[in-house]
Order: sequence, then C-alpha cells, then structure tokens
Amino acid sequence: MKVLIEDSLLISNYINGDERALEILINRHNQRISSFIYSKVNDRTITEDIFQDTFIKVIRTLKRGTYSEEGKFLPWVMRIAHNLIIDHYRKHSRMPIFEGNDKFNIFSVVGDDKLDIERQLIKDQIDSDLNLLIEELPKDQRDVLYMRIYKDMSFKEISEITGVSINTALGRMRYALINIRKIIEKHNIVLTI
Amino acid sequence: MENIYSKNQKKCRLVTVKPETVKLLTDYSKSLKITKARGIKFEGNLN
Repeated sequence: MKVLIEDSLLISNYINGDERALEILINRHNQRISSFIYSKVNDRTITEDIFQDTFIKVIRTLKRGTYSEEGKFLPWVMRIAHNLIIDHYRKHSRMPIFEGNDKFNIFSVVGDDKLDIERQLIKDQIDSDLNLLIEELPKDQRDVLYMRIYKDMSFKEISEITGVSINTALGRMRYALINIRKIIEKHNIVLTI
Repeated sequence: MENIYSKNQKKCRLVTVKPETVKLLTDYSKSLKITKARGIKFEGNLN
C-alpha cells in the first residue's frame, strides 16, 4: 500500500514539473514491466522497444494531463505494455519475417546479384588490363575481337564489314584469343576475381 | 517414483531494460512540452 501512495505522489510531483520523479518511477517498475514484456516476446531487443513505447505513452498521457490517478499506476502501465505486445504480434502476423536457419539462408534465394564494391573495383581493373592486352594484338585480330565481344556482332556481320570471309573472321578471332593467352602466360598475369 | 512437476515449470526470467533506454525516456520527457491553445493541446519537442 505504501508503494502505491508513493507512486501517486511521484506522479503528482512529475506532473508539477519534477522530472526526477519519472526516473524513480521507471527504475522502480523497470524489472516488473521488462520481465512481463520479456515473458511474452522472449526477445531482449523487442522488450527494450516495447518498454520504450510503453513509457513514451505514459509520459505523453501524464504531460497532457489526461491521466486520472486512482492509485493504479503499475496496472495501468502493464495494460499499455500488454496492448503494445498485442500490436507487435498483430504487425508480425501481417508482415511475417522469415529469418532462416543454419541449413537454409534466405539470402541465397533473394540475394542481390550485383557485385559488391570490392569485386566491382577488381572487375574494373581486370577490364582495363584486358583492354591493354587487346591493344597489343595485330589490328586485324583486334578488330574482329572488338566487334565480336564488345559489339556482340555475328561473324557474318563481321565478315561483311571487314570484307573477308566468315572463315577468315573466325580464324582471326581464334588467333586473337590464342595470342592474348600467350601474352598472359608470358607475363604471368592473373585475370580472375 | 513420484513425478516432480515443479522441475518442468518454465522459469520466470527477470530482466531489466538498459540504462540507455531509461536515459532516453527521461531525456524525451524533459524535451516534451505540451502547449494548450484554444482548447487544443500541442506537443513539441525542444532539443
């Protein structure tokens, strides 16, 4: 009974501007309210969130002067916490969260297939090194390779543009690749991510 | 052999929120100002 009277006094002091009274009230009921929330949600982080939201409602109600003191501060706070726990579960039933487990990682299905920044930098470096290697090729081979790989042209189109037969274009492409491999081997260049 | 059911009961775990959460709430309280104008209450946060 003594505690209830003290609560009501603290509330009255808080409404009259004593901010310290609120801290005492929170610390006094911290364990009971936190344990109550934790027993329902079984997660420390969610407990912290719901506790915080509960007291934000308490503070707003007290400051707005809409709280009617009937010596039932703790049951009132518990009811707010209880309602927020229900809200939490309602929200989660509408938006189910799949967290995966050790055997199945959800990100293996919904992962972003873009390269991360490190891999993108390495890829850019490889592209630029490859360009330097291509520059080393004889012009006829280099042209065919550019048209085939970078412009995605067919060998028929390449042969029409360069004025050589399809077989010659194919041969130039083959030698271009062989020569690039030779340069790579000769200089021990590594072109992998 | 008697069954001791009390052993199987789920233990109530006592927890408290972090001091940071309490600090946040007291800071929020200090910053919250309610202004009443023409019968309407306005909330304002003064940081």
